[in-house]
Amino acid sequence: MPDPSRIRANVVGDSTEVKVLMNHEMETGQRKDAQGKVIPAWFIQDVTATWNGKTVLAAQWGPAVAKNPFLSFKFKGGAKGDKVVITWVDNRGEKRTDEATIA
Amino acid sequence: MNLQRRKALRTGGGMTLLTLVAAAGWLRAEDAQAAEWNKAAFETNSMDATMKALGGGTPAQSKDIAFFQTPDIAENGAVVPIGITSNIPKTESIAILVEKNPNMLAAVFDVPAGTDPSLSTRIKMGQSSNVYALVKADGKYFVASKEIKVTLGGCGG
Amino acid sequence: MKTSRSRRAARLVAAASVVALAATAFGQSNTADEIAKYRAALQDGNPAELWEARGEGMWKEPRGPAKVSLEKCDLGMGPGVVKGAYTQLPRYFADADRVMDLETRLVWCMVKIQGYTEADAKKNPFGAGNDRKADMEALVAYVTSESRGIKMNVPQSHPKEREAYALGEKMFFFRGGTHDFACSTCHGEDGKRIRLQDLPNLTTKAGAQKAYTTWPAYRVSQGELRSFQWRLNDCFRQQRFPELVFGSDASIDLTTFLAVNANGAAFDAPAIKR
Repeated sequence: MPDPSRIRANVVGDSTEVKVLMNHEMETGQRKDAQGKVIPAWFIQDVTATWNGKTVLAAQWGPAVAKNPFLSFKFKGGAKGDKVVITWVDNRGEKRTDEATIA
Repeated sequence: MNLQRRKALRTGGGMTLLTLVAAAGWLRAEDAQAAEWNKAAFETNSMDATMKALGGGTPAQSKDIAFFQTPDIAENGAVVPIGITSNIPKTESIAILVEKNPNMLAAVFDVPAGTDPSLSTRIKMGQSSNVYALVKADGKYFVASKEIKVTLGGCGG
Repeated sequence: MKTSRSRRAARLVAAASVVALAATAFGQSNTADEIAKYRAALQDGNPAELWEARGEGMWKEPRGPAKVSLEKCDLGMGPGVVKGAYTQLPRYFADADRVMDLETRLVWCMVKIQGYTEADAKKNPFGAGNDRKADMEALVAYVTSESRGIKMNVPQSHPKEREAYALGEKMFFFRGGTHDFACSTCHGEDGKRIRLQDLPNLTTKAGAQKAYTTWPAYRVSQGELRSFQWRLNDCFRQQRFPELVFGSDASIDLTTFLAVNANGAAFDAPAIKR
């Protein structure tokens, strides 16, 4: 079970600002280990963010996104107490969903 | 996804920026959950062909795409902060491409209506390179670029 | 650099750089500005928080052969008191009759409370990727995060604490290894630099404060949260010194010297660095 993402969602004016830190190796598949063997690519491919069930961001990533990815975005709407849900799926098929309450 | 796009995906290598863009599978928000990860788009690596394609009238240079919180020099290429704001009306997607990375496309963000066409993330850069912010707005493509120098500091630790 | 031998050594150490920065009329000041911008941009969203969360869970979870949590561990301010504890470490502990830094004290608690062997508690102190995470670094991240904003106040009241400081000071200025380096070679004067990194002068109050209060840190180049034990260990590696053994008296003495020199400044970690 992958480690949880850290999500902060805050009301800013008439919008909600979301900042996410995800726990992921984001291995490019370009590196070799000490024995010279290629370390297989392992990275988040899909990210979805929803607010009260509505998709507010969708992304497709490659391994060039940095390790322990950080993401920041803003959407109109959102009130204290609403839920923002962030889901990621990686190339191994592993998935992680976390929820945050808008503050 | 239409048949033309599927064909483009299957042919694979030697993609121009136009085909890259077409194949990038710009998702509608409602498709997001179901859409397959666009493998071919993330495996292109030729910028020459891309520049030729740009000359051919594909993505237009735009002064309405701005980088923010994006330094000119990255102390380490493993983590390069990139912030992009599109001031082009009806922005649907924002993508980040790194010219000199082994594969150009780093990320594609679909921006549904109601979400600010402004976001930031962090990418890896293998070396100093131009970074492209590619925006799809109202069915058309626009691009802005910024050069970011990558260094390795200290004693290499 | 004073001698030509250390100048040569410095050139050897400053090995292949990825890209040479073109010299411009603006020179160093423009580069320094851009580096400052890079560092500022990194502050928004520190992956160290992921370690802090994991460490907090680990602190509270019953673990080890005894299946007990660390919540009764005494870090110097009483059993279970985590808030501010890092600002008073290293310090003398009567139950161990020695000066301990955070990591050695955590090892002590893991052994005495949780039933781990010392070898197991000291195993894998520095993580290497998501497949080889270091519990120790997570615990350090959590404990240090509870000292954020609190002034450094490392004690020198016990004779062993003063002895540790004196030995640490000696170590700081001790030249050795194949390159005849001491810590002071890089960190003993103002205005020193390795490639793009301005080196802090750790012999000044301001330099020591700024450096010590920003560790542990998420090191971008490492992709890991790195502790002060790691920082010293890696300095030794870069100086071509023998390995600074994890949790050794030498590491505690050197830490004591540097930590005491930082007294008075507000602790500001876990930070994020290149």
